[in-house]
Amino acid sequence: MLPLLRHARYVLSENPITGLAFGLFALFLIAAAFGPVLAPYSPLQSNAAMALKPPSAAHWFGTDQLGRDIFSRVLVATRLDLAIAFASVILAFLLGALSGVAAGYFGGWTDRVVGRLADTIMAFPLFVLAMGIVAALGNEVINIVIATAIINFPLYARVARAEANVRRDAGFVEAARLSGNGETRVLLGHVLPNIMPIMMVQMSLTMGYAILNAAGLSFIGLGVRPPAAEWGIMVAEGANFIQSGEWWIALFPGATLMLAVFCFNLLGDGLRDIIDPRMRT
Amino acid sequence: MTAVPALSVEDLSVEFRTRSGVVKVLEHVGFSVDKGETVALVGESGSGKSVTAFAVMGILDAAGKVTSGRALFGGADLLALGEHDLAEQRGRELSMIFQNPRTALNPIRRVGLQIADVLVRHGGATRSDAPRAAVEMLKKVRIPDPERRAEAYPFELSGGMCQRIMIAIALACRPALLIADEPTTGLDVTTQAVIMDLIGELAGEAGMATIFITHDLALAAEYCDRIVVMHAGHIVEAAPGRELFAHPRHPYSAKLLAATPGETVSLEKLASIPGGLPDLRRPDLPACRYSDRCERRLDQCAQPLPQRTVGERHVVACWNPL
Amino acid sequence: MTGDMPGPLLDIAELAKRFTVGARQGLLARATSFRKPVAPLPQLHAVDEVSFTIGRGETVGLVGESGCGKSTLVRLINRLLDPSSGSIRLGGAELADFKARTFASNPHRARIQMVFQDAGDSLNPRFTAADAIADPIRRLKKMSGAKLTARVEALADMTGLPRELLSRFPHQLSGGQKARVGIARAVAVEPALLILDEPTAALDVSVQVVILQLLQQLKRELGMSYLFVSHDLNVVRLLCDRVLVMYLGKVVEQGPAAEVFADPKHPYTKALISAIPQAEPEQRIGRLRLGGEPRSPIDPDPRVCRFYGRCPKGTPRCAEEMPLLHPAGPARQVACHFA
Repeated sequence: MLPLLRHARYVLSENPITGLAFGLFALFLIAAAFGPVLAPYSPLQSNAAMALKPPSAAHWFGTDQLGRDIFSRVLVATRLDLAIAFASVILAFLLGALSGVAAGYFGGWTDRVVGRLADTIMAFPLFVLAMGIVAALGNEVINIVIATAIINFPLYARVARAEANVRRDAGFVEAARLSGNGETRVLLGHVLPNIMPIMMVQMSLTMGYAILNAAGLSFIGLGVRPPAAEWGIMVAEGANFIQSGEWWIALFPGATLMLAVFCFNLLGDGLRDIIDPRMRT
Repeated sequence: MTAVPALSVEDLSVEFRTRSGVVKVLEHVGFSVDKGETVALVGESGSGKSVTAFAVMGILDAAGKVTSGRALFGGADLLALGEHDLAEQRGRELSMIFQNPRTALNPIRRVGLQIADVLVRHGGATRSDAPRAAVEMLKKVRIPDPERRAEAYPFELSGGMCQRIMIAIALACRPALLIADEPTTGLDVTTQAVIMDLIGELAGEAGMATIFITHDLALAAEYCDRIVVMHAGHIVEAAPGRELFAHPRHPYSAKLLAATPGETVSLEKLASIPGGLPDLRRPDLPACRYSDRCERRLDQCAQPLPQRTVGERHVVACWNPL
Repeated sequence: MTGDMPGPLLDIAELAKRFTVGARQGLLARATSFRKPVAPLPQLHAVDEVSFTIGRGETVGLVGESGCGKSTLVRLINRLLDPSSGSIRLGGAELADFKARTFASNPHRARIQMVFQDAGDSLNPRFTAADAIADPIRRLKKMSGAKLTARVEALADMTGLPRELLSRFPHQLSGGQKARVGIARAVAVEPALLILDEPTAALDVSVQVVILQLLQQLKRELGMSYLFVSHDLNVVRLLCDRVLVMYLGKVVEQGPAAEVFADPKHPYTKALISAIPQAEPEQRIGRLRLGGEPRSPIDPDPRVCRFYGRCPKGTPRCAEEMPLLHPAGPARQVACHFA
């Protein structure tokens, strides 16, 4: 563990932007964990008298049309958005990566079935497919997670398949079989750990996308419903007010969204550098 | 013997800037190759033999820097030429073939066209008659059914055939100097013999000078006129092949011979070389980089290396030669 | 299994492996071709009725050019691949009866192990040296905990690998060190037969000496037999008691190493030996240059000698009657009409 941390510190020192991303990620985690406690106002509390007030000392991000403090809402929304992102990514990984490595390693029918499944999913415009899935399964947060996982499945499966395919003939795979590892053990214990670095990058890129997806679905009214605080809904609600000059209602949640996606993308690269033992010298 | 050598490398030193320090890869390397002569650069990994060739060709890694020396070729110093002038020389007067022939060829271009490319770029051929000239080259390197093979892609050909294609590309414009970097490593011993014969024959025909880089001493001895032995970025000995095998004068050369199977009768008689390569990043490298593990070391060995002539074209860089 | 078993350790008889070449017909084509018979697909004869034995404590060398079937033969013997036909008997047990897919859990798995050509490629980049060496012991000897650690350390000592290097990853090790890890892993479960696939091909000559001497020492200490596959005939000459020469899937000559090298009988063996580079080429006995390319291993004509066409000798008989291995001296066999 210690050499890992030492290496992590080295990577971060070489690459200040990665350090920045980690710092930002830490902030997001804190916001997600302690949001409701740290928020100066209750995110649901409306106050008609204070409606549509621009940013000020009392309300850092201003207030929305119901007088709710936008800063508090953005802060509290972090928990929901991150939770959706994490859950979708993990589900997508489990479904996609595992079927992908099996397809790449075993070939034959496993490969054909997984391939056709991925092709079927990709035949649809992905966002429309997500809309369809949420509409069919019901307007719940859990269904956003499922929908996002499904539309990301082909990407994970394809990457995992390619990586497993390359390693299928590697010497260490043969050596593993000679050492008494059965097919499943070789796959999970020997091949899978080697594709983790690239999967890490994949996972954090799709985290950003998962948040965007959830925001997008909420924007059109599917998934998260008002009065819940979630960045996408807030942007949707704020969109109506841009024309009339109340720019802050959409801007702050939008900017936070953008920052989160940006952070996750950088995180992926940094994580990959830390995990890949080849970078250790 | 008064003729100007085809290539004369003088006092070449190369450094590499890495994350963990400056690596003094080559130091004061000097040798020459006469017209029509084959010289082998022999050494283990880390000896600097490939770096020497890359430096002469001007294709060193971006982290590499030539810190001193000259490479006189055709009246000019290759190390002082700009990239444009150097590019004019490469392919026309100065050519190189590499290890792993299949990966050195463009995988998505037919081999006939790859030969034609060189002919058009450097040989003054036109786009229309270059393909015919390419087939002539294929005949020269003895590829059977050359008209059909010219249409093949590298992946369709065996390792030996790909190496012949590389030779065809390298010799298409009849260069004055050919550098061959481990061209037969990875090839079967029978294919190796054929390829080496081919290079020797074509070189002899054209009076071409050849530098042959290898780790295989016996191969160097059989096919080359002279052998230059390198160790940790230094040239330690240079002699005609037979002379080197019969009378190695540098302790390292002797140890290298004693470790090579083929010259020994039993496994027990084979001797490994004690110690290891020095760390070339050290600021306090000794003048003789072999001295730390040499059993014949004297106090004198801390002084800069001499160049002692100990026989006909036999030079050794040692204060206490065998 | 009573008492000491006489006879060879490994007995290969008529072992063959054929691969189907070309695409299989699709479902639709097969369904609609009910009238015409489906033509048999061409077969690549990678290993063609090979028979030989390896005695206890013996080192047998296997030489031949690329494409001769060495790698396939090796994979058949170490049971990573299933044969098309033939027998693989190890100390009396018929290994061809078991499927390669499930051989990992077979009690015989530990008896045959292998040292790979490219040590770097054969080590999992995400495993430390200790993990790599421990893996077979964990899987096949069911050891764990302190006992396992002690065994790994003992193996490191046995193979000359400094203990501090056990926690390193492959990319942090030198070529020689990686080779030692590969060897430690292979001998960890004390196999009866160790297959060495060009174990020193990627190593400098000085490191090669040390590794070869180590292999020799381990063979004596652990009482193993070796199958030594190599391109480097000089190394084969040093290490091997007997040598097998393969060409296009068939064994064309076999015998004691010293004899085969001094007096090769098959034209291909002659060409091979005469191609070994040496400092005094005039001293070479009979130079035989081999041009051309080998015949195709796909659906070869069973009556024609595989070497016909490339062989300097070549009579009509060679194209009508396949030469079989016949004795050519005590303990020697050649497959040629002229030997």
